[in-house]
Amino acid sequence: MSKEEVLSKVNEIFTDAFDREDLVIGFETTASDVEGWDSLMQMNLIEMIEDEFGMRFDMDEVVGMENVGSMIDIIILRGL
Amino acid sequence: MDYFNYPLDTKTLYRKKAKVRRELSAQSSMLKKKIAVLGGSTTNELVEQLNIFLLYYGIDAEFYQSEYGQYWQDAMFGSKGLDQFAPDIIYVHTSWRNIDVFPEINDTMDDVDAMLESEYGKFRAMWEKLEEKFHCPVIQNNFDRPNYRLMGNRDIWDYRGRSNYVSRLNQKFYEYAQNNHNFYINDLEYISQDYGLSEWNHSLYWHMYKCAMCMDAIPYVAQSVANIVKSIYGKNKKALVLDLDNTLWGGIVGDDGIEGIKIGMEVSKGQVFTEFQSYCKKLKDIGVILAIDSKNEMANALAGLNHPDGVLKPDDFVDIKANWNPKDQNLKEIADELTLGVDSFVFVDDNPAEREIVSAQLPGVAVPLMDTAENYIRVLDHSGYFEVTSLSAEDIKKTDMYHAKAKASKAEATFADYGEYLDSLRMTAYIDDFKPVYIQRIAQLTNKSNQFNLTTLRCTEDDIKIMQKSSDYVCLCGRLTDKFADNGLVTVVIVQKAEDTFHIRLWLMSCRVLKRGMEDTMMNALVEEAQRYSVSKIIGYYYPTVKNSMVKDFYGMMGFVKVKEDEDKNSEWELDISHYDPKKPHMQIYNCRV
Repeated sequence: MSKEEVLSKVNEIFTDAFDREDLVIGFETTASDVEGWDSLMQMNLIEMIEDEFGMRFDMDEVVGMENVGSMIDIIILRGL
Repeated sequence: MDYFNYPLDTKTLYRKKAKVRRELSAQSSMLKKKIAVLGGSTTNELVEQLNIFLLYYGIDAEFYQSEYGQYWQDAMFGSKGLDQFAPDIIYVHTSWRNIDVFPEINDTMDDVDAMLESEYGKFRAMWEKLEEKFHCPVIQNNFDRPNYRLMGNRDIWDYRGRSNYVSRLNQKFYEYAQNNHNFYINDLEYISQDYGLSEWNHSLYWHMYKCAMCMDAIPYVAQSVANIVKSIYGKNKKALVLDLDNTLWGGIVGDDGIEGIKIGMEVSKGQVFTEFQSYCKKLKDIGVILAIDSKNEMANALAGLNHPDGVLKPDDFVDIKANWNPKDQNLKEIADELTLGVDSFVFVDDNPAEREIVSAQLPGVAVPLMDTAENYIRVLDHSGYFEVTSLSAEDIKKTDMYHAKAKASKAEATFADYGEYLDSLRMTAYIDDFKPVYIQRIAQLTNKSNQFNLTTLRCTEDDIKIMQKSSDYVCLCGRLTDKFADNGLVTVVIVQKAEDTFHIRLWLMSCRVLKRGMEDTMMNALVEEAQRYSVSKIIGYYYPTVKNSMVKDFYGMMGFVKVKEDEDKNSEWELDISHYDPKKPHMQIYNCRV
């Protein structure tokens, strides 16, 4: 899967999670760019992404995520 | 809404949470309740899931959450937020992570016993405080198994093992539950084991989010708590309607003949159906009503049910519909005969087409996915349709009572007039005060009765006790027996006294005894009370709901005059007791109050 394809799936997850049809995210998007992206939402997002891609992030990965792009890099790295 | 059926579709429950909540919130006539969640770990996600499960059950809950980990402080020392919230139910969400101290390998048995008493004491003091302050049901998690077993298998039996310690603590919780009936255990131990303990205890969720279990398991916890809550508020299912061929036995009795169907211990497939039949029989024993809805000739259906190896017999069912009518039509008829709403029913059929037509035609009927016989018990048992929070003598005798009712409605046909029929029932009514033994049943009736209920005032056991003790209230209840059965406590009337007037705050009657004249008996008793207190006027109130239209003119028929009605059709009726014409019900009456 290409980075763009993963991004588009992740974007769908974000639209569901924030319940906002018009939400558009990019590789550079961070928690401070999206209203309501707090630690609870982070937990939800991680769970949904893991469910969608059938993988798990380990703790270092979750802590080290800087933006949407670094999250997608990990998904790609897992060969998904 | 298939994602609420077992096995839960947790992916959708997370992804589409907002949408699901919006859709469910649009339902009409929901029960509004306030639930305080006192947590020993993060509770936000649990509360969101609990919210949608309760909406699914028709309960629109408002929540209070203690600050992170503050369950004990909130309960013991009070918090302004919690006090002002005035909860209807309190849920204490704790887990093994909240146990203060665990045994160490050098501890003596006495040390550990003392430790256990102290840990239990902490919880008991909290429950007592909550009861004293809020008088409301408390739901308490038991403890799940800890994340490791230091001594391996020895951990579960050696007094120093954490597993052993947790198990002993749980036993103490159960003793408390035995002795305090407004207290309910949410069986976290079972939920975690059923889910899979290793995954449940994935430590990332605790260390990163302070969440007591993995996220994917949260909807299962929410479902379990929601089951207890809806059961407390009388929203359990009441009846199980079963298909026959390939549901209660293997094969088709009409084609294979009585010798050809699979039931009994001879073959493994037969054993599966025998076990399922015995599960259904046990459901009947706890008060679930059973009925048959099958496309069959009646003779074949009865032959199958009389199979010598079968566990269920024709008498176990309050009604057997074996015909070629559409199944939704049969089910609707069963519901009408028993005067139950279709939303009280669970429909069990192996055929997806039949399940489809019933769920499409009769929304509200629960239609679990019964794909293969060896899964039937598992699916039903995980669905929580019949969650038991109270088990009264009436529940246990329920099938007998409905049987009696069915017999009675058949007998009805052969009498010249209705009065003659009523006389033939040889009924006896017993009017009584709210004696302590009745309190539980009375509270149950106020929460379950929807149709013959003038004000739909829901009461907890504590509410009932308060009114019973107060000199401002006159509380009457009535039991009815007939030649078929003891119907038990079936009607409740609560009146508030104000100078020379009685205000009827609650009048309800179980639909089991409709059209028997029991309401006339109660009216007579009420007027006698009024005379005793030298009251000259009785005022009745009718508050319409979607279910109680059968009593909209009740007070009119009792001789009251309508004096007020607002735009919501709430009405007020007045009776001048000097004009009251006593009713002549067809029954013997014992007033146990004098």
